[in-house]
Amino acid sequence: MKEREIKFSDFFSKKEKRLEDSFIQQVYNIPGGESINKCIQCGVCTGSCPVSYTMDITPREIIALYRSEDIESILTSRTIWICASCYACTVRCPQGVQVTDIIYALKRLAMEQKIFPKRFPVHALSNTFVNLTNHFGRSYEPGLLVSYYLKTNPFKLLGMLPLFLKLISKGRIGLLPQKIRDKKGLSRILNEGQIMESIVPE
Amino acid sequence: MEYAYYPGCSLEASAKAYEESTRFVFDALGQKLVEIEDWNCCGATYYMATKETISLVISARNLALAEKYGNDIVAPCSSCYTILYKTNKILNDNFIMKEKVNQALKKDNLEYNLSLNVRHPLDVLVNDVGIDTIASRANTSLKGIKMAQYYGCQIVRPERGIDDKEDPQLMDRLFKALGAENVYFPAKVRCCGGMLMTTYPDVGLKLTKEILEHAQDNGAEVVVTTCPLCQMNLEAYQDKINKKFKTDLHIPVIYFTQALGLALGGSPKELGLNRQLIPFKPEEKTLEGSR
Ligand code: SF4
Ligand code: SF4
Repeated sequence: MKEREIKFSDFFSKKEKRLEDSFIQQVYNIPGGESINKCIQCGVCTGSCPVSYTMDITPREIIALYRSEDIESILTSRTIWICASCYACTVRCPQGVQVTDIIYALKRLAMEQKIFPKRFPVHALSNTFVNLTNHFGRSYEPGLLVSYYLKTNPFKLLGMLPLFLKLISKGRIGLLPQKIRDKKGLSRILNEGQIMESIVPE
Repeated sequence: MEYAYYPGCSLEASAKAYEESTRFVFDALGQKLVEIEDWNCCGATYYMATKETISLVISARNLALAEKYGNDIVAPCSSCYTILYKTNKILNDNFIMKEKVNQALKKDNLEYNLSLNVRHPLDVLVNDVGIDTIASRANTSLKGIKMAQYYGCQIVRPERGIDDKEDPQLMDRLFKALGAENVYFPAKVRCCGGMLMTTYPDVGLKLTKEILEHAQDNGAEVVVTTCPLCQMNLEAYQDKINKKFKTDLHIPVIYFTQALGLALGGSPKELGLNRQLIPFKPEEKTLEGSR
């Protein structure tokens, strides 16, 4: 790890250096994160992946790039956003590499560092999710989808209309969000959680 | 047995039929589901974001609330099941994290003492109640129904220990015992694309198309699932798939509890079958009366 840090600082700006550090820490912190060193580049992960056909960098290559310290290519790839977290790669990897969790950690890092194309759909979705849940304590599917499409591609909303109407007629869309009773208690918990968040574990 | 019941947000709305049929089935088998009072979103929403502690806190609030109902918390939605399962595991494995989470929960006089097992109803029904007992209570045979059991990702992967990761058998065994004819269906654990249907529809549509084709081409007349998101992805976009790929897909997708409920004598209405977008109407003749 030491060697790697020294090397990074030669090539990256301060901000990028912080980014690399935080990533390395995150990956090694996830359970089984060190497993990345055991990869034999066999490609079983890529072969098992249902969406590798549309990735610019395959799961196997992600592992290789990480080990050659090319984090930048990974963070700007389409792969981390297209991964559906289906765990097919992880359960088949002969070396026990936690491929899915590693890709997920990379996605988190990219979001944290705001590295994504503008109006990037996945990010819009997760933000919308969080805001709604903060507010009601429960998730509200129609509200979520509507504000998601408004943020990304309002025209798509029109295309979704027939399906929405069908679902309403089947009683499968509530017209009002559900709320929890103890909203005050929940926000007290969330505030304290916020503070706990900034305390680094270990 | 008595179980703490965590419905989750989807079962209140788009997956109402899952809620109705789950309650029916547990009732019919004499198992008690006690809904956790004032439960909140499982935290799936926060797992998508970058805040790890917060996501654990919001999820753990449910575990803390559930502890007073017993040792098992049952969550039918595969996503909720996964999130609650993961949270439980992390809090059990990581003492510091557990302390941090409890510190936050304390603000509302809550505490989680690690006493729960997080369970999926399929696991509870097959492993606690048992296929033999279920079969002996069934009063309607599913004979002649050609079924494709779709498990999806989350109830078997990465490591749940309730069934095989590549070729799970819980539903296969259950429905075979109830008379159904299981078709050859190797796509049973293929990913449905999850949220990709919203974020990258082209990719999502392709994934669901392949799963549905596997089922339909192998002669299935119904796909049976365990997850609200899979159900929606597989059922609601068949028109779009047909248009895009010039296919001819038209196959009902129901929850496993709905199929099980039919065997236990439930009416289509009781089991929420009136909520299907693509109706599932097993012919009167196939659903034979009491055995
Ligand atoms: S399957 Fe495992 S060992 Fe093989 S390339 Fe992928 S991560 Fe490496
Ligand atoms: S978890 Fe992601 S990378 Fe792995 S197989 Fe699934 S979609 Fe592919």
